[in-house]
Amino acid sequence: MTEQSDQQAPAAASFWRDPRKRAIVFQVIVLGLVLALGAYIFHNTLHNLEKRGISTGFAFLHNEAGFNILFSLIPYDETYTYGRTFLVGLLNTLLVSAIGIVLATIIGFIVGVARLSHNWIISRLANLYIEIFRNIPLLLQILFWYFAMLPLLPHPRQSLVFDGSIFLNRRGLYLPKPITEPGFGWVLAALGLAIVGIVLLSRWARRRQEATGQIFPVFWTSLAMLIGLPLLAYGLAGAPLDWDIPKFHGFNFRGGMTVIPELVALAIALAIYTAAYIAEIVRSGIQSVSHGQTEAAYALGLKRTATLRLVIIPQAMRVIIPQLTSQYLNLTKNSSLAPAIGYPDLVAVFAGTTLNQTGQAVEIIAITMGVYLSLSLSISAFMNWYNKRMALVER
Amino acid sequence: MKMKHLMAASALLAASTLPVAHAGATLDAVKAKGFVQCGVSTGLPGFSAANDKGQWTGLDVDVCRAVAAAVFGDASKVKFTPLTAKERFTALQSGEIDMLSRNTTWTLTRDTNLGLNFAGVNYYDGQGFMVHKSLGVKSAKELDGAAICIRAGTTTELNLADYFRSNGMKYQAITYDTSDESVKGFEAGRCDVLTSDQSQLYALRIKLKDPNSAMVLPEVISKEPLGPVVRNGDEDWLKVVRWSLFAMINAEEMGVTSKNVDQVRKTTKDPGKQRLLGLSGIKGQGLKLSDDWSYNIIKQVGNYGEAFERNVGMGSPLKIARGLNALWSKGGIQYAPPIR
Repeated sequence: MTEQSDQQAPAAASFWRDPRKRAIVFQVIVLGLVLALGAYIFHNTLHNLEKRGISTGFAFLHNEAGFNILFSLIPYDETYTYGRTFLVGLLNTLLVSAIGIVLATIIGFIVGVARLSHNWIISRLANLYIEIFRNIPLLLQILFWYFAMLPLLPHPRQSLVFDGSIFLNRRGLYLPKPITEPGFGWVLAALGLAIVGIVLLSRWARRRQEATGQIFPVFWTSLAMLIGLPLLAYGLAGAPLDWDIPKFHGFNFRGGMTVIPELVALAIALAIYTAAYIAEIVRSGIQSVSHGQTEAAYALGLKRTATLRLVIIPQAMRVIIPQLTSQYLNLTKNSSLAPAIGYPDLVAVFAGTTLNQTGQAVEIIAITMGVYLSLSLSISAFMNWYNKRMALVER
Repeated sequence: MKMKHLMAASALLAASTLPVAHAGATLDAVKAKGFVQCGVSTGLPGFSAANDKGQWTGLDVDVCRAVAAAVFGDASKVKFTPLTAKERFTALQSGEIDMLSRNTTWTLTRDTNLGLNFAGVNYYDGQGFMVHKSLGVKSAKELDGAAICIRAGTTTELNLADYFRSNGMKYQAITYDTSDESVKGFEAGRCDVLTSDQSQLYALRIKLKDPNSAMVLPEVISKEPLGPVVRNGDEDWLKVVRWSLFAMINAEEMGVTSKNVDQVRKTTKDPGKQRLLGLSGIKGQGLKLSDDWSYNIIKQVGNYGEAFERNVGMGSPLKIARGLNALWSKGGIQYAPPIR
């Protein structure tokens, strides 16, 4: 026995002397300690919250909320649950972030390109825009757009009327709401058909251009298909769409769709603020492309716009996209300033009113942080994927 | 705002991982640090508002000062933490403040699920509506379809929903974080109606550029007993806060004021007044305070009636009548258990 173990001793001892195995052991120990500490904190928190008489757990998500929310993308009233208020808030956060991101990107690219314009006035104006909006705190800008914009609009009784069915006043923009009738499915089907057609067409056009050099007007044909096909279906199906036109009743308009001023002010503020940063990113991206590329494009006879579109921007994108990602993340997180002007986003509705009514701060803040974390990680993942696609392909 | 919540929540998390405090922890801690940390509103004239010198005044502030007077014999040993309606309970639960005196309505949920204890009622209120006079509305029943400005995290949010639901009316709630923002929204015409507790409506109305352009409707749609709040599981501290308020009310009932209290203390033969001023009976022992705790409250803060008149009553710009808040012996419902 002794002899045997003596013979095998070198192998057994080498377990501790092998740095790789030793590292694994230590890591398992550390991980175990961290988990144990986490479990201790979790358990102790629950225990103490209970001892103080503070409710714990997630059962409150099934309780009736009992409060009203200004604006919801899904059906909601007082009788729905706290779980529903979470969804309403989440969707409102997503909505304002999405609108903000799209607007900020458009404004940012325009201003960024304008900043490099050879026209002195345009480039100075772009510079002025960037310096002003980048250097004023966002919360002030949100309050400005909201409280400065409101008094400029008329009272509901003196609403601005467009076309007899669109109304604008301090309570928002009131639009007719489409009500679908049977047969509307054909229109949707035609729309789907048009999209499939456009994808196929653009593939075919690219192959043809690569093979023969002939350019097919893809954009205009696509636009015609996108509008024409559903319109044709709409006509053939006998106009299966009715409009619910807002009507003034008592204090306010009823019916139709409403775009609330809180959404507009928040989206504008977020977009304009973030666009100032995006403009600088776009400028630096474009400047990172060596001037020789421009000269080479001119030498080949490309026009200025074509040079920008086909040569400069695609190369600049490699520099722009990673920084753009962090601006998108910032915008999404900044949307949590919404409660200041009463826009019912996740922070206002869930981490605000719901937290206050139920008193379950730990659970609700944990859920809210989890949501922002997963939102940010998803945006990040998407932008990384896009970045890979846009990365320079070395040949 | 989000940051503040986050901090409060992590403080709550941190606080809850520590062993549970024993019954007298807050009183001992307050005595040790030398001041009371009191949660108040971010600015509500008459109840808690800071003047241009940064001094806090108001009916709710006076409760904090009374507690400081009882504990330290010095009503100025209070530090104030301005809180929005949304932040207040988390701040109290996490131990950021020792007591909350911020026109907070006593409800079953708050008393049970939130781990809080209400020490008493220092103002009986009810929810009302303020409208622009130009609308020509005379009653809350005519408010069907109105846009209503409101503050987040209040019982008002729930009462409003109940009232409109039970009357089969529709409304649109625009929910702001602070009362300042809700007043701005109301002034900017974002909403037709501003709703809150009636006392607050009077206070907010004098904040308007033209107070005469708005009026408060007669309907009161809810019961709002407002009072100071402390954490659960700390009986000694609860009793100090509760009896500081009761001392003020008892003093008014016996006619002892900040002006005559020295006189009364020297000359009184009335056993009730002697007990009130700590000359006989249990004195400060039961509350673990000095014997002159109640004398200090009356001397430095005044009795309930004085505090009321000075802050919200006829001696203030609000000019609110005593109404429900008169003593029980004078047609109101303010009533305190006897000091004996």
